[in-house]
Amino acid sequence: MEGLLTVRSTRSIIGVRGSLLFVKAIGGIKYGELVEVSLDGTSVLGQVIDVSKDVAVVQVFGGTAGITPGRTVVKFYGDTIRIPVSSDMLGRIFDGLGRPIDGGPPIVPEDYLEIHGAPLNPALRVPPSEPIETGISVIDGLLTLVRGQKLPIFSGSGLPHNRIAMQIVRQASVRGSGESFVVVFGAIGVTYEEVAYFLKELRSMGALDRTIAFIAPASASTVEKLALPRTALTAAEFLAWDYDTHVLTILTDMTNYCEALRELSAAREEVPGRRGYPGYMYTDLATIYERAGRVSGRKGSMTIMPILTMPDDDITHPIPDLTGYITEGQIVLSRDMWRKGIYPPVDVFLSLSRLMKEGIGSGKTREDHREVFSQLISAYAEAQYLRELSAIVGTESLTPRDRKYLEFADLFERRFINQGEYERRSFEKTLDIGWEVLSVLPEEELKQISPQTLRKYYPKYRASSGG
Amino acid sequence: MSGSVGRIYRVAGPLVVAEGLSKVMMYEVVRVGNEGLIGEVIAIRGGRVYIQVYEETSGLTVGERVEATGRPLSAELGPGLIGSIYDGLQRPEKEIGLRTGSIFIKRGTRLPPLNRDVKWGYTRNREVGVGDKVGPGDILGYVRETPLVEHRIMVPPDVSGYVKWLADDGEYTVEDTIAIVTSEGRDIEVKMYQLWPIRKSRPYQEKLNPVKPLITGIRVIDYMFPIAKGGKAAIPGGFGTGKTVALQEITKWSDADIAIYVGCGERGNEMSDALTSFMKLNDPRRGRPMMERSVFIANTSNMPVAARETSVFLGVTIGEYFRDMGYDVVMVADSTSRWAEAMREISGRMEEMPGEEGFPAYLSSRLAEFYERAGRVRALGRPERYGSLTIFGAVSPPGGDFSEPVVRSTVRYVQSFYALDYGLATRRHFPAVNWLFSYSLYIDFVRGYWDSITNWSVYRETALKILQREAELSDIVRLVGPEALPEEDKLVLEVARMIREDFLQQSALNPVDAYSPPEKGALIMEAIMEFYSLARKAVARGIPVAKLRELRCRTMIAQMKYYTLDELRSKVYPELVSTFRSEFEKLLGG
Ligand SMILES: Nc1ncnc2c1ncn2[C@@H]1O[C@H](COP(=O)(O)OP(=O)(O)O)[C@@H](O)[C@H]1O
Ligand SMILES: [Mg+2]
Repeated sequence: MEGLLTVRSTRSIIGVRGSLLFVKAIGGIKYGELVEVSLDGTSVLGQVIDVSKDVAVVQVFGGTAGITPGRTVVKFYGDTIRIPVSSDMLGRIFDGLGRPIDGGPPIVPEDYLEIHGAPLNPALRVPPSEPIETGISVIDGLLTLVRGQKLPIFSGSGLPHNRIAMQIVRQASVRGSGESFVVVFGAIGVTYEEVAYFLKELRSMGALDRTIAFIAPASASTVEKLALPRTALTAAEFLAWDYDTHVLTILTDMTNYCEALRELSAAREEVPGRRGYPGYMYTDLATIYERAGRVSGRKGSMTIMPILTMPDDDITHPIPDLTGYITEGQIVLSRDMWRKGIYPPVDVFLSLSRLMKEGIGSGKTREDHREVFSQLISAYAEAQYLRELSAIVGTESLTPRDRKYLEFADLFERRFINQGEYERRSFEKTLDIGWEVLSVLPEEELKQISPQTLRKYYPKYRASSGG
Repeated sequence: MSGSVGRIYRVAGPLVVAEGLSKVMMYEVVRVGNEGLIGEVIAIRGGRVYIQVYEETSGLTVGERVEATGRPLSAELGPGLIGSIYDGLQRPEKEIGLRTGSIFIKRGTRLPPLNRDVKWGYTRNREVGVGDKVGPGDILGYVRETPLVEHRIMVPPDVSGYVKWLADDGEYTVEDTIAIVTSEGRDIEVKMYQLWPIRKSRPYQEKLNPVKPLITGIRVIDYMFPIAKGGKAAIPGGFGTGKTVALQEITKWSDADIAIYVGCGERGNEMSDALTSFMKLNDPRRGRPMMERSVFIANTSNMPVAARETSVFLGVTIGEYFRDMGYDVVMVADSTSRWAEAMREISGRMEEMPGEEGFPAYLSSRLAEFYERAGRVRALGRPERYGSLTIFGAVSPPGGDFSEPVVRSTVRYVQSFYALDYGLATRRHFPAVNWLFSYSLYIDFVRGYWDSITNWSVYRETALKILQREAELSDIVRLVGPEALPEEDKLVLEVARMIREDFLQQSALNPVDAYSPPEKGALIMEAIMEFYSLARKAVARGIPVAKLRELRCRTMIAQMKYYTLDELRSKVYPELVSTFRSEFEKLLGG
């Protein structure tokens, strides 16, 4: 790297505070440029976050322990952080700054890209309108993920979001011949156990050749955690826009990312916003999630599925709240469902895929999708209401019709939502199961479904037509 | 033209501090660094000038040059605005895409807001001749900008004098001179476009009270909490409560001549969704694509934060410009909270005393400057014209909690308040406008309009009372169950449900009901009120509400919104009236 850039160095350190290093300014320091701080024998990277005639403030990507004014050398590289990218990255595992951590050789770069990227031109965007099949019924059937969308999973600690993430990494695909599809997986601030789990899963799955993984464990530096989503998305963008690939980027656990952001903000002694998170957290997250999209003239797409754990299961906490303001819907996991033994434990009512309506139907999933979706949701809502009512007045006062609804709700949860961790269901399979659970209800209750669709798909008629 | 030149002293994110700029004014535009990034002076402290830079600043170095331009941040106003998509600095995004061949917006790209090559067909105003005295706002001629918009070329607000020369009818670019006006011995060339500083409101003769409603096609707004042409409204709500859909519907269906959509710090996909539907959908009154009367400003959440503020003021300035031509303009801003957050960020970097939740103390006055630019006016110039600018601002309070500073400051300046409710949205009651907390202060201004269509004053009051009563009763129901209530109250609950489900709920996704003309809402409400009055008689005679619920007319009312106004008038409503008659005669007679 050194050869490419004009490197200048200094030993004039004025002070250290948290991960911030205050250096007496030398000429030509650029805002945002990459810095290397060498300690005895080792070195850490950093970035200029404020520079004036007198002082440069360097954010150090790692501990500042061992920095000694007068001895420590600070080198300024003259350019912002870039990572090498290449289509060779497939099948490999990297750290948050794009360095291989799988014991393999360094990649041969096709390009060096700035990890912060640039905003997509809004006038060139195309509204997302084609689905990704995750093979998970509750997502594909009721919360369809659309190429170019950003759809997060709001989880809680102890809920099985990592298993869902790995199931999606294993199973996700797009239809259509000649469409190439890649999953970029990024793990931020995850524990040793989680890392071990991810590595085991990634290595054992046949899908590794269409996957790139980035991992910054809990022990990684604050700044590596902050860089990871951007590094992962830079690789994803390279494949999506330069190689016409549909890329799904899964980022877990964004709560750790936000904690790192808060830590950094505190070190900078900024005026804290709500609950200590910096006021610019919305914008910061937006610069990550808005990298999702489709653009005219390019075949590829960028889809992002961030996963976060809601502190205290509180959806109004700034992390889920600001995320929800940016993303196009949310998939909310429920502790109640998980206690009932349902996997994946999705709360269908709190969840929403805002772009679903454009991405389903004939030629995309199946013609009956819209109607099956509305019917399942409205029947489940009715059943939920009856469950609450029967809790007040007792089940005895329920009519036979009401009882059918309760039966439906149980079946819907156990048969439709619930699914094996290694079970991959196609869109057709998902919709067929939808019909199966709907058939518990009397035909005249299926008000959301047109007579034509009913005759074609309702199990009773299907059986009689011999199809 | 040449301003002073200084040097960068400090760079901290979007804030740059310069030294050596001796003669700059507040809000003057400066060019920062070797790439000439656009910035604006936001404070002058001692010898240092604080600059808010509207483009990404990484790579800037201490000592790079900073050049003052001598003028404030201004909008280019003229033919070519309609159908454009601008960023917060009025850079045309479509053209940038074509010019750079990149899918990304890169900093430092410069293109004029109005295309310099297009020739517009210009027709001179025959009322104005050489030797005449002209002043600000006088119309010199006309350009048919799109099939829906006649662009009226006006004498700029700062020009007056005697006409020395006038261009004939013909094809001109925006830079061609179309008139020469002599003032105090000096010749001023008037072009088809003018510049106006975006932070300054454009002058008018007088501001007037509103007289007419702005019909948005959304029943809960038009009928329940109407907005007037020239009004100002806020739509606060947590995420997913329907702010963006509401603003999009308002820009689409309002009976305004010009619509301006400002996406300020929000989603890129939403912008492209709006753009696509504006190309596809036709204006319901004039049968032409909505794009032919619309201007878009797209400064998405990942674009430079500082430009959020300019995007809002740019939108208002363009709105005032069309208002001055004598048009009714509607402008929506999604979301003002993102702009407020940008103010907070810059203020923090300036190390100003933070106010509540870190927002600067001037948050409130900045919001006031924005909303106060709405209004109905008698415009400057001849011929006499009246125009209006109506503003809707979305507010995105953290956690959906309305007690935060942006909502609290905003309510002081708006006259209509549409409180979106998380509970309603999760129950898929859209638009999720909470009828108990929303209000409009324009009721008396639009009463004449509405009462000429229907028995509005009475029905609206009644409907709101029923909804209010439902809220009181629902507490009781929660404790004892619905069966314990007396029949009169059960009827109130039933009618409240009809008002909610059959009238207030209106899906933006339903092609027939997305736009509901006022007469349609009037008919539905008349039907509900008729049902209520007959049902009350029935209940007084001891007929249980459960029985009324099964009447066919009840179902027919629920179906009404799925018909067009024509179908309702010609077929559905007459049928309903006769069903009412026969069903209730049977009940009450038997
Ligand atoms: N008027 C409406 N009709 C139908 N659906 C709506 C309506 N308003 C909102 N929605 C639904 O709610 C979702 C979120 O609405 P949106 O306007 O994007 O919320 P916000 O801007 O407040 O976050 C939409 O994607 C849509 O599914
Ligand atoms: Mg929105």
